[in-house]
Parts: sequence; C-alpha cells; structure tokens
Amino acid sequence: MAALNEEQVMLRDMAREWADNESPVTAFRKLRDAGSATGFDPEAWSAIGAMGWAGIVIPEEFGGSAFGYLSLGLVVEQLGRNLAATPLGATAVAASAIVMGSSDKAKKDWLPRLASGEAIATLAIDDGPSHDMKFTASVDGGKLSGTKPFVAEGDGADAFVVAAADGLYLVAKGEGVTVSTRHMADSRSHAAVTFKHAPAERLGDTALTQAIVDRAAAVTAAEMLGMAESAFRQTLDYLKQRVQFGQVLSSFQALQHRMAKMLTELELMRSAVEGALEAIDAGRSDVDQAVSLAKAVANDTLRLVSREMVQLHGGVGMTDEFDAGLYLKRAAVLETMWGTASWHRDRFGRLNGY
Amino acid sequence: MATAADLDRPADSVEAFREEARAWLAANFDPALRGQDNAMSAVDGPSAETDAQRKWREAMGEKGWGVPTWPRDYGGGGLSRAEARVLQEEMAKIGAWNPIGGMGVMMFGPTLLEYGNEAQKSEHIPRIARGEVRWCQGYSEPGAGSDLASLQTFAEDKGDHYLVNGQKTWTSGGQWADKCFALVRTDKSQKHAGISFLLIDMTSEGVETRPIRLISGASPFCETFFTNVKVPKENLVGREGQGWEIGTRLLQHERNSLSGGSGSAARMNAGRTVPEIAKKYRGADAEGRIADADLRTRIIKHEMDQRAFALTLRRAALEAKGNAGPSAATSIMKNVGARITQDRAELNIEIMGMQGLGWEGEGFTPAELEQTRTWLWGKAVSIYGGSSEIQNNVIAKRILGMLDHQ
Repeated sequence: MAALNEEQVMLRDMAREWADNESPVTAFRKLRDAGSATGFDPEAWSAIGAMGWAGIVIPEEFGGSAFGYLSLGLVVEQLGRNLAATPLGATAVAASAIVMGSSDKAKKDWLPRLASGEAIATLAIDDGPSHDMKFTASVDGGKLSGTKPFVAEGDGADAFVVAAADGLYLVAKGEGVTVSTRHMADSRSHAAVTFKHAPAERLGDTALTQAIVDRAAAVTAAEMLGMAESAFRQTLDYLKQRVQFGQVLSSFQALQHRMAKMLTELELMRSAVEGALEAIDAGRSDVDQAVSLAKAVANDTLRLVSREMVQLHGGVGMTDEFDAGLYLKRAAVLETMWGTASWHRDRFGRLNGY
Repeated sequence: MATAADLDRPADSVEAFREEARAWLAANFDPALRGQDNAMSAVDGPSAETDAQRKWREAMGEKGWGVPTWPRDYGGGGLSRAEARVLQEEMAKIGAWNPIGGMGVMMFGPTLLEYGNEAQKSEHIPRIARGEVRWCQGYSEPGAGSDLASLQTFAEDKGDHYLVNGQKTWTSGGQWADKCFALVRTDKSQKHAGISFLLIDMTSEGVETRPIRLISGASPFCETFFTNVKVPKENLVGREGQGWEIGTRLLQHERNSLSGGSGSAARMNAGRTVPEIAKKYRGADAEGRIADADLRTRIIKHEMDQRAFALTLRRAALEAKGNAGPSAATSIMKNVGARITQDRAELNIEIMGMQGLGWEGEGFTPAELEQTRTWLWGKAVSIYGGSSEIQNNVIAKRILGMLDHQ
C-alpha cells in the first residue's frame, strides 16, 4: 500500500465494504445469468454515482472531488476483487479525456452528469483485436467516421471518447452511431461501435490520445491488482481446507513454494501499479514508462495467479460453479486490453533507448 | 509523500537538519575519499586503512551518524527516520560513504539493542557505532545449514563460565573478526529450545579459523573451530534456551540488509548498466536498439524487474511504521533481490561472451575480470542468509499461515 492520506484510507475501506456487501461475485454471476443488456446493474451504478466515485478524477467545479488517480485506483481495485461489473473505470477515464481536452462545451455538457453517475462514457480507441495505437477513423467537417470493433462498456454508454488518426474526439450516442453487442468470454459489456458521419467534438491531438490510453492502462492494472489479490486469497483458503492423503493441501511444500512465489510477484505488482497511479497524479514526465511497467507486471502476475487458481483448485476449478473460471476469463480480457505484456516491454525498451 | 512516522516531525525541522548535515559533512568529509569504500567490510577482507579513511571513520563514529537511528545513549545518531534519509541523501550528493559497517551494524547491533541487558549494550553498542570492533556470525555448521536448529556446538555449564566445543562454518570474515555472536546448544534434549545466543571473543584460547576457498577464487568465509573455549556467563544474551528466538530475529535484520533495503543495491548498480554493456559488446541495430532481439527482450524484462523491485523497497520504507524493524516480508525482498542480482550477472557474462569469462592475466580489462568473479560470487546470494527455498518456507508459514503435515 502506498502511503495513503486519511481520505484515501476512508475511500478504500468504504469501497471494500461496499464491494463485499453489495457487489460480491454472486452479484456478477446473477447479472451474467440474466443476460443483462448493458452489462451492469443500474442499481449498483446509481449507488456508485451517489458515493461520488464516478467523479474522483473530475474537478470540483464540475461536481467531482478531484481526488486523483491513486484514489480512483483504490476504488477500482476493491471492485476488481469481486469482479464487480460496473462502467466506473471506463467512465472516469473518458471523463479525464474531457477534463484534459480543449472543449469547454464538452466540459459543461458532460462532466457534471458523468461525475454524478447520471451519464456513462467509455473509450473507443483500438481499431483491431490488439492494442497498437494505430488509428484510421477520420473527421470531416465535424463528423467522425470509423469502426471500433471492441469497445468495453459500449452497450450502456451515452458518450464515446474516440481515437481518430489526428487525435481524440467526443461523440454522443445517437446520430451516426451504431452499437452492436459482442459476446466475450468474460461475460462483460463489449460492443462493436460504428461511427458514420457522427457529430464529433474535438478534444485534443494524438498526445492527448496517448495520455488517456496511459490512464486507461493504469486503471485497468488497478482492477487487475484487485483480481489477482482476491484470486490468490481464494486459492490460499481452498488449499487450507481441501484434504487429500489425510493432509490439508496447504501442508505440501510444493504448493507452499508456488504460493510464496505468487505472493512475491503480487508485492512487485502492487508497487508497480501504485507507482503508475502516483506518477499520473504527480504529473511526472515519465508516466509512459511507469504505466508500461505497471501493465506489463500486472499482466504477468495476473496471468500467473489466475492460471494457478484453476490448477490448484483441481477439478472443481474447471466447473462453472466455482469462481476460478470467472477470474480466468476476465483476466485474459484485461491482459489483452491496452496492451499485452510483450507490447509494454517493447515500449518500455524503446522509451529507454534499449 | 509523507509517512506516518514523518508527520510527528514538522517538515521544516527536517529541512533544518539538512542544513546541519550538509555543513557537518562539508567540514568532515575529505573529497579525496570519493569513490572509496568502507575498508572494514570489503568481501575480500579489510584493507589497511589510510590516515584519511581513519579520520573519516573517527569523525562519523564520534558523531554517531554511521548508525544514524541508533539511540544516542549508546553512541548512535539518535536521528528520526526522516532525518536519516536526509543524511543519506546529502552523503550521496557529495559521494560520501559510510565508514561504519559490517555485521555489527547490520545484524548484531539491532538485535542486541532489543535483547541485550544494560551491561551488554553499554559494552558493545558504542564500539560498533565507532567502527572499532569486527563481529562475525557463528550460525551454520557442517551438519546444520538450512536446518539450522540441528546445530551441535555445545556450551557446557561450568558454573561461572561455559566450555564451548564444536565447529561452525561459513563464518563470514571469521579470520578478521574480533568477536563472534554464536548460536550454541546448552541443552541436548530439546531442539529449538535447547539453543542459546552466546558472545565469544575470537582471541580466546581454543578458537581456530580456516578460510574456505570459493568458486570465485575469494575466501570471504571460514571454518571456525572451538576447542574447550572458555566463555564467561555474562556473555549469554537473553536466557538460556532463548537463542532460537533471538537468532531468528537477527536473521530478519540480515535479510533486510541483504535485500538491498539498506542501499546496497544502489552501490552494486554503480558503473555501467546491462543495456549499456549490451550495446558496447553486441552493437546496436539501425534504430539504435540492442541488436539481438531475444537478448534485448530479456534485458528489458530484467530492467523492469529491477524497477518494480526499487518501487517495492521504496514502498516498504514508506509503509514501515515507527521502528518496528523488519518483518517476515523481508524474505520476499531477499528472494527478489537475489533473483535480480543473479539475472544481472548471467546477462552480463552472456553479453560479453568469452571476454566475460576471463579468470586472470592478459587480454581482459579489469572490469571484465571482475565480472567473472561477480557472477560466481553471486551464486551465494540465493544460498546465504537462508536459501531462497528457506525464504519460501518462511513466506508460506509465517505470512500465509500454511502449516506442516500434521
């Protein structure tokens, strides 16, 4: 845990309590089994709005609290522990794009509604199945055209922050926007979004696109941190109660050492993730490096822990009734979003001139 | 970012201390000493101290700043953690190094401050703080490595003294040490509860040391033989049978220092980085990147591992509240520190090819020859101070609560 101030400690504890009481994994299961159209529970989302979490990175003049990214990460991490299905991360980072962008109109129109949770926004960035920062969407006379095949939280979004070849734009749902649901392994909201001469408000150039993608990657890494911690704890609890050969599994040294290795990697993961969030808040010039470090380490660690969760649960880990599969499937999606470990290692190397 | 420990001390008083530290260092550190190091704690044994080095050691010893956070009553600096950090920063700025070091500072001193009686603390702590005494560690035995508690060196109660017989091994710096803190058996009927923590004068009759030559060619360790060595009763630390508790506490201090928690990682990184060595020996491609793509990827991974570790050490320092000292989490740090040290050395010799495997003589630069020895010596890092496997046991049992077979 980074050195947190009092507000941050309160926020973290409150988010943890809320997630455990109001949004346990069973809530996500229920949503999945009901085949929710938007991919989230509107009641849970309005509670999140009421608690002010959607406004954590929005300035106070627009109804937010401006606590910053470390605070946002703490909340997202707690929700990630229980696989809470909410558009919080997507909405917050999309709001950041408006905050950092150049359009006063967009700020006035959208930020108060995003801060209160009344509206939902998301990022429509990548052009293909892999993150590569190459964009073809174009804007002509204030109208944007292009296709984004994998937009997380796209089903329920009221506004899209869209990466075009020359920078970042804000597009409201409606005229020229077609959203079609994609069914992904993680049972969360993903949509293909097509923009055809959709009215677009310019937010900034490609430097803003990069800054927003870095923020999205850092917040995703925070969600992954919560997932990894929780997957690890659940596995540990299971090893302590499952008996074979007349012994609890946790007494076998081969398993003890695998758990010790995972705990070690989790420590490095927390440092890297919090380091990136702190770098964003401090406005440091090496946010790009800090984020690539965080996402690469988060990817490697969550991959290790989520795969081990299945393996160490044995046969029951393969059943839908146990939660291991839910963590595994969400992990694989988040490992892919905003860049794989190898993509970020390559970027880290380039940034350092290696 | 402020920590809880810093909050009870106003920032301006810490900054005022910075001025004080800067002025004192300017008056006492001879810039000609830059780039040198503590003569007492070198792996290959102490070198003769120059006059300038001795003056610097005496000045720091007098001030207590070699052990900045130890209590002033016992010759320490009495500084807060925040002030100690400022001191370290100011020393780093002018290239000043700490002339007070060794096992007395890293392990024995902190442990004695916790467990020693008044007479023991008054006798030993100030002399460690002034860098006057070299301590060595009498723990491992030929038959007691990872299973340390099976140690057999026996201290027989002879009324006013113990009569010690047995053999220790891997005694770091034993051939140069003045004193030894040792785990000995005072009761043969109990394994852990039969162990006591005893201070032995290395100049006593019946103490013999034999250096052990390692694969790196150096001999930093000894076999140490105790034959009918008389040790006064007042040299027992704590109670008879409390040795395992005291001894494992000391190991936490050791792991803390071995993990780089006290800044040794920064020292190892002095000089060229792995990517720089790679470009020099293997060349760069048209884009200026390390030419061999597979090697480049592994180097990047290593550099990122190191960065994440540095962030973790920083985080651990910020989170440490008050002076609770190291916890079982130091096992995690020790293992990661060992992995990074060994990865770096393996990468370096791979990059340098045959030029990185020279043993001695013509055709190799001093840096190349040193690299060979560093690589070989580095194999000890995951073995000493509790092997990586033992650290994993500690993590599983003490942190994760995974128990032995019942």
